[in-house]
Amino acid sequence: MRRRRRFLDLTFWGLALLAFVCIALPSLSIVGSVIHQAVPVLGWSLFTQRTNALGIENAILGSLLLLVGVLVVAGTIGVAGGVYLAEFAPARLQRFLRFFSDVLAGMPSIVVGYIGYVTLVVAFHWGFSLLAAVVALSVLVLPYIVKTTEVSFRQVPTTLREAAAGLGLPRSKTVWRILLPPAASGVISGLIVALAISTGELAPLLFTAGFSDQNPTLQLLHHQVPYLTSVTFTDLALPGARAHATAAAAAAVSLAIVVILIAAGRLMTVRARRATRGMAL
Amino acid sequence: MTATAERATVPGPPSGLSARARRRSELTGRDVTVSAVLAVAAFVPAAALVWLTYEMAKQAYPAIVFNGWRFFTTKTFTLGNLYGGTPIVHHGYQAAHGAQYGVLPFLFGTVVSSAIAVVVAVPLSVGGALFLADRVPARLQGALGTFLEVLAGIPSVVFGLWGVFTFGPLMSRTGFKWLAALHIPWLSGSPGAGQGLLTASLVLAVMIIPIIASTTRELFRSVPPLTKEGAVALGLTPSETARHVTIPFVRTGILAATILGLGRALGETIAVLIISGNALNIYPHSIFDPFSTMAAGIAAILDGALTDSTGMALHALGEVGLVLLLVTLLANLGGRFLTRRFSVGGLPVGRGI
Repeated sequence: MRRRRRFLDLTFWGLALLAFVCIALPSLSIVGSVIHQAVPVLGWSLFTQRTNALGIENAILGSLLLLVGVLVVAGTIGVAGGVYLAEFAPARLQRFLRFFSDVLAGMPSIVVGYIGYVTLVVAFHWGFSLLAAVVALSVLVLPYIVKTTEVSFRQVPTTLREAAAGLGLPRSKTVWRILLPPAASGVISGLIVALAISTGELAPLLFTAGFSDQNPTLQLLHHQVPYLTSVTFTDLALPGARAHATAAAAAAVSLAIVVILIAAGRLMTVRARRATRGMAL
Repeated sequence: MTATAERATVPGPPSGLSARARRRSELTGRDVTVSAVLAVAAFVPAAALVWLTYEMAKQAYPAIVFNGWRFFTTKTFTLGNLYGGTPIVHHGYQAAHGAQYGVLPFLFGTVVSSAIAVVVAVPLSVGGALFLADRVPARLQGALGTFLEVLAGIPSVVFGLWGVFTFGPLMSRTGFKWLAALHIPWLSGSPGAGQGLLTASLVLAVMIIPIIASTTRELFRSVPPLTKEGAVALGLTPSETARHVTIPFVRTGILAATILGLGRALGETIAVLIISGNALNIYPHSIFDPFSTMAAGIAAILDGALTDSTGMALHALGEVGLVLLLVTLLANLGGRFLTRRFSVGGLPVGRGI
């Protein structure tokens, strides 16, 4: 009996280990294969030439531009919304808004792309443009930012709010001066995750951003924006090893951006934990 | 019941003021302004959701009238002759000559691929998370957890690239060939180059694993040590503790995380578009055959639909999108209902990445 149970125990943990290996292997394989495939075209020309000359300079710049746009649009709206939910909203409204935000988080990205096309691009006459792309991406990542901001503010101990109220500080000043500093790291790490998500998105951009062999400009409307995931997607379907290598190179660069963002976000999470630790009474 | 309990713990207003009046009296004028501005921002996600759903319904409406029930009974989705022929008219709406819009194969592809993905992903995620939380020394946990974070951050187009050039060919040379050799109905046939239903479903599984696993790992960590120690004190082995105490303790959270993953699988576009083999108008005869999903179908056909001068092709894709939206919404709401129904302790649920 005892031997049987020990055997079952070992089998169980063996299976669990196997499951973990099944999770770890793909991530190693993906990173490895993408870099391996990108090797033939890796070099400075990749970063100094545009897509019409076998480089991806314009796509990198375009992707970064889109990230800045998302940070401006979704960042401000999302953080403001999250602060409202955590600090100002009445309980019933909180539940209502949180529900909508959660449902929006589950919205398929192609739906956002389709609606972005028929409304922003066509009906509003924006054309394939930076603004249409940024709005589509922002709708997609907004729920994440609202959520992380709300959670970061909630993690600040109530005693700080009570102390501020006891000293007669108005609510808005409490939020800005007292609650924001400890919550900031958490908020920023949420923003970074949102940027990581936007870097990898393609479906909402496919029919809102367009593509261009030129470097992106700051024109909001009527100017198409090149971006990395589109290079991967189109070159993948082209014949020829060179195109496939360029697709992999664009994938490797977007992967690198994501990994850098994740690392930065992690650093911020550690700081956030340190900022609120020991605050509660 | 919990609501009443909460209300009871809130201390009543001191001098007959309603709670609302008291709260208002505490806010300065500037607070009210700031709060109002922030409130506008807080309503944006809700407004965006309503707007998206409304626009989707508006775009789909002509197609709904034009198609009627045929949308759910036809298996052919063809845009018809976009460059000539007399447009056909049905219920007052025009469509290109020979156009037929049926959602069935798309719907089938979406449901089946997501179902396979979830069935594969859940045991792997729970097992892996359990191993990570229970069996790995604390020092290594952070390092090994990186796999999950990297996996969660990989762009879906990169999953597509990997699936089509690395994973698909590898599987068709090995695992799929062995599976096909067993001659189980629907699980047999030629794996080909490895593009098809099974490859796409497995890649979907890999894509949703980080969502389920990272949430589950946090849940396992949140299980109070006392509960587990009690089980150990009763003489349970570690695996029995896991099976009878740890996993049941957080099963609601696992269910919620699964629903989250299912939502992602249902709506995934680009990876499926690249790996599926993109077969239109047919059901896969075997698990290795090419297929398509609603999301991938929209992305694949939209370009062509834009050239339809009657505009019906675009509306029909809108109807496909509306069905996708409703399926995702139903999965979400169903998950919420289930979690509330089976909820025991109200443990927190993370959101994957």
